Amino acid sequence: MDSREIAAALEELIVRTSSSLPEDVEEALARARANAAADSSAALVLQTILDNIALARRLGTPLCQDTGTLAFYIGDALRGVVTPALVREAVAAATARGALRKNCIDSIDGTSYDSNCAAGAPVVHYVEGGGRRVTLLLKGGGSENMSRQYSLPDAALGAGRDLAGVRAAILDAVSRAKGYGCAPGILGVCIGGDRATGFEVAKEQLLRPLGDAAQDPRLAALESDILESANALGIGPMGLGGAPTLLGVKLAARARLPASYFVTVAYMCWACRRRSIEL
Amino acid sequence: MISLAYPFDEKTVRALHAGDGVSISGPLHTGRDKFHKWFADGKPLGIDLRDGALYHCGPVVVREGGVWRVVAAGPTTSIREEPYEAALIRECGVRLVIGKGGMGEATRAALAECGAVYIQAVGGAAAIYAATVRSVEGVDFLDEFGAAEACWHFTVEDFRGVVAMDSHGASLF
Repeated sequence: MDSREIAAALEELIVRTSSSLPEDVEEALARARANAAADSSAALVLQTILDNIALARRLGTPLCQDTGTLAFYIGDALRGVVTPALVREAVAAATARGALRKNCIDSIDGTSYDSNCAAGAPVVHYVEGGGRRVTLLLKGGGSENMSRQYSLPDAALGAGRDLAGVRAAILDAVSRAKGYGCAPGILGVCIGGDRATGFEVAKEQLLRPLGDAAQDPRLAALESDILESANALGIGPMGLGGAPTLLGVKLAARARLPASYFVTVAYMCWACRRRSIEL
Repeated sequence: MISLAYPFDEKTVRALHAGDGVSISGPLHTGRDKFHKWFADGKPLGIDLRDGALYHCGPVVVREGGVWRVVAAGPTTSIREEPYEAALIRECGVRLVIGKGGMGEATRAALAECGAVYIQAVGGAAAIYAATVRSVEGVDFLDEFGAAEACWHFTVEDFRGVVAMDSHGASLF
């Protein structure tokens, strides 16, 4: 593939990611719709979401107008091939087509970078052992504003430095997202690490398919416990009550310093736009 | 589903209750963070919002052959406008405030006082809401605020949501 073809493939990846939800997420939403009580707010919201997903896919238009922060995870075999410059070119082209909103604002003077390209935007990571795979994740501002980091112990939550404390912190993040992060959501969580890697690792968990479980059985058990507990909170789709509140919980752990115990929660809305291609 | 058509008069809106599903037809004006800040700074809005609908939304709109086409237009989080919304409702006579996530006590008081409601649209359902836009009547502040923050004037048909805060003090949040 020459650089023209790579840029075109990346542009196509952006358009498809913005307009088409991954199958596992759509299936989970369809199951939730089937289980919702007739004439409930949950049923109305979920049906609108499903109709929206189908319409956006058919038209090839953004399924959510907040086309979000673009995070590219590029396998290290593509280093020097899929360059940040090519990625930017594809982002600018996709923006010009209306597949992405002009969504990139200068934080000092408030002006718009109409190409969606600026220092640090889009975000590009090269992944060790990632082969020739390019994965794109779009995460909107409404959900990003609901991501949080806790430092244990947290007296207000009664959360100590153990898995019970971790659980309390994560469920607090779910409660605080009520109405704001577009539920039903998906959580990516990092237990431990430093503040910066906490957010990085938590966000990476959002790349996992809904059906998988953490390899560590202790984390896998906590994933299903939190999913079940969160769905018993009754927050429901768009916070209007009922179920589900979450579609998935994805945990990872990193070693920490003796002095630090961070629990970092990346909240993703139902519009979990992730997609991969092999180049 | 209760149908609401412009102008949204006080009697009709007072009859709505939290939890009611509504279908809105008529003019819809978008206004989000920069729009509200502009209002709070005492600058003229240049539009008549009386008995009208204000939508917290930053759409994707493209220009094709000299015509605006709305590509995506779901709601944005409303609580960011809480410092300004009560004054906007009182001074401008907005009757339907539409967004997502609900609003605070000051807005709830203004809705009750003025006979207005807050309507929850489905977050992220951008393609569905874009499809309700029959025409784009115009846009203000495009240069000042940028396309996502500009004040777009849509005419919509069958725009659906749920009354989340009514004019009697009830809220679903």
